[in-house]
Amino acid sequence: MIQDLEPVVRAHPFFDGLPDELVKFLTGCARNVRFDAGQMIFRQGDPADEFFLLRAGRVSLETHDPARGPLVVHTLEPGEVLGWSWLFPPYRCYWSARAVERARALAMDARCLRRKFEERPELGYAMMLRVGRVLSDRLHSARLQMLDVFHDGDK
Amino acid sequence: MSSTTATNSPTTVREPMLPSTYRVLRREQETADTVTLTLERDGEALAAACEPGQFNMLYAFGVGEVPISVSAASDVGEPLVHTIRSVGKTSAALARLKPGQSLGVRGPFGNVWPLDDYEGHDIVVIAGGIGLAPLRPVVRRVLERRASFGHLVVLYGARHPSELLYLEELERWRASPDTTLGITVDRTTGVEWMGPVGIVPRLLARARFDPIETGLFLCGPEVMIEPCVREALTRKLPLEQVHVSLERNMHCAIGLCGHCQFGPHFICRDGPVFAYPDVESLLRVREL
Amino acid sequence: MWIADVEFLEALVAGLRQRGFRVVAPVERDDAIVYDEIRSAQELPRGVGDEQGPGRYRLVERGDSARFGFSVGPHTWKRFLFPARTTLFSATLEDEQLRFEPAVLPEQRYAFLGVRACELRAIALQDRVLIGSGHADAHYAALRAAAFLIAVQCGQAASTCFCASAGDGPRATDGFDLALTELLDAGEPRYLVEVGTDRGREVLESLPHADASEADRGAARAASEAAARQMRELPAESLHGVLASVREHARWDDVAERCLGCGNCTLVCPTCFCSKIEDSSELSAKRAERVRSWDSCFSFEYSHLHGGDVRTSTRSRYRQWLTHKLDTWHDQFGSSGCVGCGRCIAWCPVGIDLTEEVRVLCDKDAAAAAPVEGDV
Ligand SMILES: Cc1cc2nc3c(=O)[nH]c(=O)nc-3n(C[C@H](O)[C@H](O)[C@H](O)COP(=O)(O)OP(=O)(O)OC[C@H]3O[C@@H](n4cnc5c(N)ncnc54)[C@H](O)[C@@H]3O)c2cc1C
Ligand code: SF4
Repeated sequence: MIQDLEPVVRAHPFFDGLPDELVKFLTGCARNVRFDAGQMIFRQGDPADEFFLLRAGRVSLETHDPARGPLVVHTLEPGEVLGWSWLFPPYRCYWSARAVERARALAMDARCLRRKFEERPELGYAMMLRVGRVLSDRLHSARLQMLDVFHDGDK
Repeated sequence: MSSTTATNSPTTVREPMLPSTYRVLRREQETADTVTLTLERDGEALAAACEPGQFNMLYAFGVGEVPISVSAASDVGEPLVHTIRSVGKTSAALARLKPGQSLGVRGPFGNVWPLDDYEGHDIVVIAGGIGLAPLRPVVRRVLERRASFGHLVVLYGARHPSELLYLEELERWRASPDTTLGITVDRTTGVEWMGPVGIVPRLLARARFDPIETGLFLCGPEVMIEPCVREALTRKLPLEQVHVSLERNMHCAIGLCGHCQFGPHFICRDGPVFAYPDVESLLRVREL
Repeated sequence: MWIADVEFLEALVAGLRQRGFRVVAPVERDDAIVYDEIRSAQELPRGVGDEQGPGRYRLVERGDSARFGFSVGPHTWKRFLFPARTTLFSATLEDEQLRFEPAVLPEQRYAFLGVRACELRAIALQDRVLIGSGHADAHYAALRAAAFLIAVQCGQAASTCFCASAGDGPRATDGFDLALTELLDAGEPRYLVEVGTDRGREVLESLPHADASEADRGAARAASEAAARQMRELPAESLHGVLASVREHARWDDVAERCLGCGNCTLVCPTCFCSKIEDSSELSAKRAERVRSWDSCFSFEYSHLHGGDVRTSTRSRYRQWLTHKLDTWHDQFGSSGCVGCGRCIAWCPVGIDLTEEVRVLCDKDAAAAAPVEGDV
């Protein structure tokens, strides 16, 4: 099983540039998952116990308003990653994630990952750099969305 | 310069501020606040050809006159096509016009998207909001001359799915050979929209093009420029190959009223399309 | 060069009026020298001078009989060539028929008597903008082509003048039909006359005049030399690219503290050409009109975009004015847009002196030390 997943993990863009040896070391935490169109991957407030690396299909991050229904704040495409709440206490999901269409992903066990980062700080550092990059992009993106740049009619 | 007497004979100078009369031939409601008008000249004199990137000054009787890009190229004498978003008094008056009603037109003014410089190259078109209107003629031209260009990437961001322009045409583009269409919105309820949510530059990060041989054409809110340029840099696209369309207040469109100055440039005359490096430092200056 | 008595002025005004010109000249009104139509040379001020400084202008008795013994006042010739308000067309909309009726082009033929060197240069700059840069302004072109220009060489400079460093003053060498130098001997003045054009020659020949003596020529040269002694100046080297390189200079904040944003400087400037277009309709909504009027980069609406104005701070508006006038004008029209007339200094209610602002903005040592706005 584990042997089978190693090339899949290595092929994910998130791990580009990570030494093979570390990829192998991580693979033990990974499993392959599938979601049907419309299926919830996790919900706001759920324990954040997995890190998802999207391989196929589109996933939305959303919240829900009783009057307006699901409000999508961001969508993820194949090659992108889902969630970092698993890195920081209280390890609870901030947003809900839903597969907009049929999706495939690698799910990595959060406890397993954290333990390996402690064990091999150079792996922890390499992973933090990658997560940091994603966080930075998402933050810029969210700020721009917040500016509502296309709605300049009434300032 | 000798200025003893003005050389122009006054009677031969045509008043450049005088519009010609056009009539609305067709009116399509694109979204709640945006319409596309097809305009036909009322009278026999020939109108000039309108190229992608250029704009006309549209005059709503007694209300005002505003710059509006051509949203389709037109040959000499052919009807003009403009997409107008109602945001204030003049644009609202224009957007209210019905088939058969009249308006004034002066133009065309301004320069063109330098599409000809990119024959054989990939073309990336990035539009935000109403910014798709001036870029639609670019996409159409690439598709008309399909063999002359490489891969075509159209990236389009809007506020909300209900604010997307040219829906049917977008579908045709999506189905066109060697064309990638990416659309993203800022917000949605997730019931009406299955596509990407987020900002346009993210689409650029994933788009397929050969950075060395690509012309990138960008039109949208000014705050969109920097994030897109940043992404273009990440993809190693030389910034001389990035072209942006800018807007500033405009009254005359012929470089006489002073309003559209952007540093040394008159946007009406030297633009509205600029190679990014020519305006890069100016874009950094606040309240320029 | 020729010499003429003071009676020459009366004959000149009469001769020009006979030829169909409306003669416009300096007259004294409301404690200032302004430009208005005259019917007789008697209407010219007599023995009037002025004292000018930052935010200061007043007329004084000279104690002589000079007719042109003052420097430039609040008016400029652009109020005639480029009127503050011009109707461009009217339009009618009846039964869905929209028709445009262009305004008739102005037919006035002006003769300007008493155009200073800086003003000739200002007219040349406006020619370049309004006629010589692509689309000609038909109204301006019509008025300009007909205008007859009689320069008067300055015999002294106001404290606000800096044409010697900004333009090519104080002596006008071309751009006029006729040029006069007022020679103030005891009693009535005499005039040294220079001819600039054939039509100037034609006018002169119909008037009483004689050959100028070497002494008269010498006196005229001395007058110009006196006028060249000026208190204010712009830097000797071109400001092209210089002001645009200090857009974040702290001095802009400093001047913004003082500037009221009133736009007086743009109104009195002889080269400012910005205008706005206003469309309006009658209550019946059947007839509409387009009017072009002077605008100022100091107004908020000047930079309006739907959603807001681009230049909301006084800092950015003063910066636009000064940078355009002295720097980006070079990019647009091949020269500076300032002629050194000093009006903006005298008529600024708070006495902002652009030569002083430029001195500080272009002081390289100070600039190196100035804090630069950084993006956070
Ligand atoms: C080159 C160019 C191309 C454009 N193309 C299009 C287009 O294809 N479709 C479209 O919907 N809009 C376009 N615009 C924007 C459009 O001109 C403005 O939305 C319009 O001027 C707003 O006028 P208003 O009277 O409705 O709004 P108000 O806010 O009432 O504006 C008052 C006046 O300010 C000026 N003004 C306000 N906003 C702008 C602006 N953004 N640009 C220039 N002058 C402005 C105009 O003189 C206007 O009459 C373009 C602008 C430029 C400069
Ligand atoms: S510089 Fe002086 S005249 Fe000009 S706007 Fe400011 S206060 Fe008014």
